[in-house]
Amino acid sequence: MSTKIIHALYTDDDVLLQAVKQVRDKHYHIDEIFTPFPVHGLEKAMGIADTRLAINAFLYGIVGLCVATAMMNYIMIEDWPQNIGGKPSFSYLENLPAFVPIMFELTVFFAAHLMVITFYMRSRLWPFKKAENPDVRTTDDHFLMEIDTHGADVEEATKFLYDTGAVEIKLIDKEAH
Amino acid sequence: MYKVTSKLKIVAFSLIILGALLTAVGFWQVPASQDAVKEMLANEAAHGGGHAIESNEHHDVATVSHGDASHETSVSGEHHGESAHGVSHEDEHAEHVYHQLKNRPWSAVYVAAFFFFMIGLGALAFHAVQKAAQAGWSPVLFRVMEGVSSYILPGGIIMFLLLLATGLGANHIFIWMNEGVDVVGHENYDAIVAGKTGFLNVPFWLFRAGAFLVGWNIYRWNIRKFGLKQDEAEDGDIAWYKKGFKHSAMFLVFFIVTESIMSWDWIMSFDPHWFSTLFGWYVFASMFVSAITAIALVTIFLKSKGYLEFVNDSHIHDLAKFMFGISIFWTYLWFSQFMLIWYSNIPEEVTYFVTRIEDYNIVFFGMVAINFLFPLLILMNSDFKRINWFVVTAGLFIIVGHYLDIYVMVMPSTVGESWFIGFPEIGSFLFFAGLFIFYVFHTISKAPLLVKGDPYVGESKHFHY
Repeated sequence: MSTKIIHALYTDDDVLLQAVKQVRDKHYHIDEIFTPFPVHGLEKAMGIADTRLAINAFLYGIVGLCVATAMMNYIMIEDWPQNIGGKPSFSYLENLPAFVPIMFELTVFFAAHLMVITFYMRSRLWPFKKAENPDVRTTDDHFLMEIDTHGADVEEATKFLYDTGAVEIKLIDKEAH
Repeated sequence: MYKVTSKLKIVAFSLIILGALLTAVGFWQVPASQDAVKEMLANEAAHGGGHAIESNEHHDVATVSHGDASHETSVSGEHHGESAHGVSHEDEHAEHVYHQLKNRPWSAVYVAAFFFFMIGLGALAFHAVQKAAQAGWSPVLFRVMEGVSSYILPGGIIMFLLLLATGLGANHIFIWMNEGVDVVGHENYDAIVAGKTGFLNVPFWLFRAGAFLVGWNIYRWNIRKFGLKQDEAEDGDIAWYKKGFKHSAMFLVFFIVTESIMSWDWIMSFDPHWFSTLFGWYVFASMFVSAITAIALVTIFLKSKGYLEFVNDSHIHDLAKFMFGISIFWTYLWFSQFMLIWYSNIPEEVTYFVTRIEDYNIVFFGMVAINFLFPLLILMNSDFKRINWFVVTAGLFIIVGHYLDIYVMVMPSTVGESWFIGFPEIGSFLFFAGLFIFYVFHTISKAPLLVKGDPYVGESKHFHY
């Protein structure tokens, strides 16, 4: 396996999108792309699969709904069914309207927070994490495409990337992650 | 240009004719007199009420032990005064049921007429919102919206004629119109209603209805005219567009005030002993979601026939998002109204829900399930919102659900426990559906389906989500 990777820098998101298409047509492997802001259509151009975060959130919401229902059913109906202001605590259904605000809020709470935590875990984000930034300019106004030279002619790849509009190309040793 | 096909005409006219026939059967079914009702009730009691006309579970209870139950649950729907002091309870009950049965076909027509009218009105409001918000996605749908909202002209005329007939005494679906209701000492005297006659009196009520209908129709007429003029304007001349923008902004202010008052007048005054402050919003949410659904259904229909090649699945997706969001908004308002009244349980407010839960249990909660659960589960997925048959399925549920919504707003106060979904209800629904379909597609065929010269139409054609 090659230990060399190419960093190609672009200064325009349209040029970048165009370049991604060309690079993929040429069957070079794009390791990673760093951009200072979300570029619409980039994940489509790169062929990245859709996120399943929304499905997660839906399932977490159902968990929240179950937690709320189980909790209030136990506390208000089973454990100590007091008469509080004449509210009917004979069954969960009979006193349901009073529980709906909490059921709603816990559904949202679980869906939102667990989804955010899932997002952090899946994208490996946490406090004191060492930033994986190959070039500080990518947080400002440069776009960086990381290409694996595996099995390709570096010379030819460099030439090809210049033609796609890269403003700067670097060949660097791959760090062990 | 779209042309109304003969097939569509046949469908619309057969709906109208079939609907009219069924409605006529509904009027014909009304028992001829109080004695007939008495006989009917006696028969029902004898046969256990099982297979008699329009049977429902409350008849036998009411006839046998004519006590608290039927009286308590029909406080708002009571049409006979306290006239029956000397008369037997049997007679009193027969009179009560007789009035309910007489009201039934009228209420069925009223519910269906209002339901389709409100779809037109909601589409008009949606159109105005799109114009005033300078939406970039919707201009390709303006002609569809104009088509759907055009129904407020015939629908509004029918509504007004119905209200006029009611005001002139053709029926007794509004109890505050009863004779002598505000005359002290009269057998129909009702102190609560008498206190409201400053607002609830027939001339002022008809005047408001007329004024609102004229106001809404003027805006609808103007915005259509401005749109057509903008089509013919020179390149870059957007004077008509700007005019439409201003009119839309002004209309929205007018609309929200008049819509609120309209909902008190046309729906809430069926229960003149009851009031709710968010009722106007609640009716609005119902009309808005039905209207957006109607727009989506018409759009999908026209697109499937190849008339809207510039409408892509992102437009359908946006409409479906609106259907989804406003359905939940409607549920939020329904629940807010229900829960606040249920929680505090103040007798004068809670009768509204007591009658609905006791006599209309299935329809009342079933309609909430249809209007909330189905859109929620069908339209939550982003991919499903782009698939026509999913949107159509959800749309049909929403349309039926909101018809039932209006049904349970009106019926408990006019026919009480004598309700049934039979000939007059289905008939009048079909009748107005046919009229609606015919008129809407007739209007759509009058102008090109793509607006020209609207500054946002280019963006809209390439809209992509």
